[in-house]
Amino acid sequence: MKKRTLVTMLAATVAVAGLAGCSSSQTEETAAATEAAAEAGEEAAEEPAEEAGEEAAAPAADGELIRVGIINNDPNESGYRTANDADLKAMFTEENGYDASFAYSLKNDEQITAAQKFIQDEVDYLLLSAADTSGWDSVLQDAQNAGIGVILFDRTIDASEDLYLASIVSDMEKEGETAVNWLEEQGLEEYNIIHIQGVMGSAAQQGRTGALDAKVAEADNWNLVTQQTAEWNSEKAQQIVQSVIDSGTEFNVIYAENDDMAKGAVAALDKANISHGVDKDVIIMGFDCNKWALEELLAGNWNYDGQCNPFQASYIDEVIKKVEAGEELTEKTIILDEVGFDARTITAEDVEQYGI
Amino acid sequence: MTEKKRAAASGGMAGLFRNQIFIPIAALLLLAAFNLIVDPSFFKITLGTNSEGYSVLTGNLMTILDYGSEVAILAIGMTLVTAASGGQDISVGATVAIAGSVILRILVGLGGDGTLQAPIIVAFLAACVVSMLFGAFNGVLVAIFKIQPMVATLILYTAGRSIAAWINNNELPIVTDKTFTYFGGFIPGLPVPTPFFLAVVCVVITMLVLKFTNLGLYTQAVGINASSSRLNGLNPTFIKWLSFVILGLCVAVVGLIKTSRLSTINYSVIAKDIEMDAILAVALGGNALSGGKFNIPASILGAYVIQFLTTTLYKFQVSSDALPAYKAVVVVLLVVISAPAVKEKMAALSKKMKTQKEVG
Repeated sequence: MKKRTLVTMLAATVAVAGLAGCSSSQTEETAAATEAAAEAGEEAAEEPAEEAGEEAAAPAADGELIRVGIINNDPNESGYRTANDADLKAMFTEENGYDASFAYSLKNDEQITAAQKFIQDEVDYLLLSAADTSGWDSVLQDAQNAGIGVILFDRTIDASEDLYLASIVSDMEKEGETAVNWLEEQGLEEYNIIHIQGVMGSAAQQGRTGALDAKVAEADNWNLVTQQTAEWNSEKAQQIVQSVIDSGTEFNVIYAENDDMAKGAVAALDKANISHGVDKDVIIMGFDCNKWALEELLAGNWNYDGQCNPFQASYIDEVIKKVEAGEELTEKTIILDEVGFDARTITAEDVEQYGI
Repeated sequence: MTEKKRAAASGGMAGLFRNQIFIPIAALLLLAAFNLIVDPSFFKITLGTNSEGYSVLTGNLMTILDYGSEVAILAIGMTLVTAASGGQDISVGATVAIAGSVILRILVGLGGDGTLQAPIIVAFLAACVVSMLFGAFNGVLVAIFKIQPMVATLILYTAGRSIAAWINNNELPIVTDKTFTYFGGFIPGLPVPTPFFLAVVCVVITMLVLKFTNLGLYTQAVGINASSSRLNGLNPTFIKWLSFVILGLCVAVVGLIKTSRLSTINYSVIAKDIEMDAILAVALGGNALSGGKFNIPASILGAYVIQFLTTTLYKFQVSSDALPAYKAVVVVLLVVISAPAVKEKMAALSKKMKTQKEVG
């Protein structure tokens, strides 16, 4: 027994050491990258940053790059996150006058640790997509005391508005409303909807569910055949739709809160030979505008896809430029422009431009 | 079925509990009876055509055969791992993601347009090799370094999905070729879902191996007492290692099915928590989770029972995020029933009843 405990402990230590090894090597990499960038910056220094902002902006003197620390969720999380990360990486380059360091985690505590490290490194701006809404007050206070400007992107947090310069977010309620309005315009006699939800409690789920729930409660000819969470998971969505098909209930709309789940639902329909898409039996709705999903729209297999805009870097850049120029920021919360695509009107250019 | 049950019942309570396959059969009958009473249309099977124009069978039972087969295939390997090492592999879901990624990578290539770059069989064999290698990695940790299986497989459980993402360079390629959908759907002309056939093939192969080799006996011996089996000339290290490699092979088959269902995968969510279902299947099959004696048919039956439960719950519109809670109830019941204290009590009770009967 004793031996076994010892072995377990040893194994746990090894595992922990392994993990620690990973994270430290990652920081080393980041540090190396930062150094390299700094060196290059000294030599290049072509684009002098505009005058340093008075209050928040720290010493970004002429000729120096603006140092930003970016804390994001893991790019592997979803296609959306991958596109978001790629967009940030493309924007915050030396050519654009930035010296960026990145930290990724899906865990709040690891993100907070990364934020503290960035504060110690005296970055000029801290860009944050928080994994969790709470627990950020003290670290953001530290950032403010150190004269670091904090900009939130993609996700909001529960903290005083004074602690950050701006928050750049999607309006999920509006995404839901746009989609529901579109569905209403289709003028069906009766709406029998299979509603497949995302992870319960997430902002995207709440916004996209809220609009549909409101409409179903208000209109008599709108019914939910089933309302289930598939947790953003296509396999689960497939099983949920399969179970509705097996039970023989009639339906004519699938409202899936992301593209993956819509794909799963469509796979179940294909199996049962239920036609879907433009002018077919079942209307397919998805969100997020993945490139492959927009191609399904283009082919007429799906009907609608709502955008959830991952291209936030230009908005962040604008805010930083404004602060650096000493301009007042007019609004704390900046809402991203988002559109919804109809399979009847989508073009190949849209797929290229908006697909992620 | 009922006659068999009656026969078992006449053997007395103790005999009932000693018969391992009784637990999954009882669970299956319970679920079937429940559905029969509440809504007999649950068992309706219709012959329709799918969007490809082939005739296929659809209905809840077909769904159970379809999705239950994934867990059933995994349950084969998981039973062997459990029996040999006395622990479970929790990295199965992550390794399914890796196997699926390998298949996609080979079929589509990097930045491909979805047309097949290589024959499916090549991709599948490569996935087999890769997931057997990962199985071998787990096996080495467990058999040679004597790390507890759950802790050893925790490494891949944590890292596996990142490895899967890395294999495809964070892309999510989609296979456009229709023949690739056969493995998770239907083969033209056959109205029963392909995963079921794959499960049957796996089961038959396993049964033949167990019948014509001593693998079963050796695994059991190693699981019951590794050191005494070593003294009897067996190689416990090899047997344990081998069980993980076999599980790796099962994982590759499931990876093929999963990838084929949607012609693509999402690394972060594919086969999520499937390891828990596989372990539950082993437990439901009445196998001791601490190793030793095992019964593969019971585990496979257990796998279908789990899917039966899931499908039933979906049918009755139970919220899908509540499903794990229902499975938890099953686990609690199983653990309590198989606890030595309860077993003793039951045996004593049945003995008492018997003596009373004889007296009366």
